[in-house]
Amino acid sequence: MKHVVGGAIARVAQFLAGATIHGERPSDTRQRIYFANHTSHLDFVVIWAALPPHVRACTRPVAAKDYWDKRGLRGYLAREVFNAVLIERDRAVAHADPIETLVDGLGDSHSLIVFPEGTRGSGTDPGPFKSGIYRVATRRPDVELVPVLIDNLNRILPKGEFTPVPLLSHIAFGQPMRVGDGETKADFLERARKAVLELREW
Amino acid sequence: MVNFLKDRQMLMLFGGVVALLIVATIIGRLLRMRAKSDSARSTIDNLNARINAWWVMSFVFTLSLLTGGLGSVILFGFLSFSALREFITLTPTRPADHRALFWVFFVIVPLQYYLVATHWYGLFSILIPVYAFLFIPSRIALSGDPERFLERSAKIQWGLMICVYCLSHVPALLMVKVLNFEGKQARLLFFLVVVVQMSDVLQYVWGKLAGKTKIAPVISPSKTWAGFLGGILTATALGACLWWITPFNPWQAAVMAFVITILGFLGGLTMSAIKRDRGVKDYGASIAGHGGVLDRIDSLCFAGPVFFHLVRYYF
Repeated sequence: MKHVVGGAIARVAQFLAGATIHGERPSDTRQRIYFANHTSHLDFVVIWAALPPHVRACTRPVAAKDYWDKRGLRGYLAREVFNAVLIERDRAVAHADPIETLVDGLGDSHSLIVFPEGTRGSGTDPGPFKSGIYRVATRRPDVELVPVLIDNLNRILPKGEFTPVPLLSHIAFGQPMRVGDGETKADFLERARKAVLELREW
Repeated sequence: MVNFLKDRQMLMLFGGVVALLIVATIIGRLLRMRAKSDSARSTIDNLNARINAWWVMSFVFTLSLLTGGLGSVILFGFLSFSALREFITLTPTRPADHRALFWVFFVIVPLQYYLVATHWYGLFSILIPVYAFLFIPSRIALSGDPERFLERSAKIQWGLMICVYCLSHVPALLMVKVLNFEGKQARLLFFLVVVVQMSDVLQYVWGKLAGKTKIAPVISPSKTWAGFLGGILTATALGACLWWITPFNPWQAAVMAFVITILGFLGGLTMSAIKRDRGVKDYGASIAGHGGVLDRIDSLCFAGPVFFHLVRYYF
């Protein structure tokens, strides 16, 4: 059942976002962390839908627990269909260290989709990256980090809107990267941000 | 559908299309083997991608005609929707236009094609020029963002007129009443689409073979005088040769073909001007070798309404 729902959601997302895919779309189930600029609620669904079904099946979006951990449809989608890794945004009520949650979420077979800006930007240049991706990457140096650029989704479903408008978007997958030997946190985060930004020249 | 298979005229037409595609495919393969330089190879590869796409497009178009009407309405509705999304993607709209655009895509486009399907001519002819024209600026004004207001409203309205209103006149041919031609209107649709698209192809071929002087080099680097004259004249001759499937006599068919090929040319040129202004080569990449949907149907958008009116008033 959840595969049928997932397939249907992927189809609808592909249709609504009309995404042209640039760069090398991952075709194997190697463990990866896809990190992208964040401009719309649709971002993770559209990246997820852009992956081939067998890669999609082992790829988990990272999402806000306060929004997704609800009874009913939203919770069902997050838990069963997307198999999301849910993170407590509010540190005051957080029971677990979010880095632990992310490392657990990777396990020994899963990939993650993360938005290191932490919040949706205005669709222009991505803002500074939060350090979570660096900390997870140093804990799991074997996992590939794949930069992803999303373009025009902020016009398809802007902040504060519920109904999408079916324009055409672009998704660009970049070359995998890793944290360099002795690379500082600030250097890595800036390099990662630039790697996303550079994908504009598809 | 069964009636269609007994219809010798239509079978001959489809046979003609298939024969043409086979010839084009063979020529494309031969040229590929003979191509020597890299630039020649990339031109021929693009040509072959176009021919392959023509097979698919011809198949889909034939299938839609076989359904006896509704299929054509759905096909052109889908083409309008796709062309409009390409157009609006290139048009700089602002967040305050979002709700208006939602109505445009999910209410106005389906409604226009519903009116075609139900043969409601009165409302069909004014829905977009009058009601959408009043609705769009009102909805944007309600969102309260005055920046470049007139420009934004005008661009959305313009996109609707070209991609939806004009194009919907092509399947609307099915509702035209022509003396002694009842139930055969699909032939008019076939005539229009084949003549206009063949004119595009022939202009391309003549331009590649003989073209030197460009008509409007800044706007369209591929349109040459030789391509224009050769393409228009051969497509007009083709239209005249197809008179037997239409309610026209041979010279009327030639005049009709001449008018719609000229309009098709102007459509291609106009839509190119917008692309150059926005700094892109194609509207999209959904049809291999051709670009986007709007790149393929721009000529039909201009030829459709005029052909519709000529048939409606004179036959």
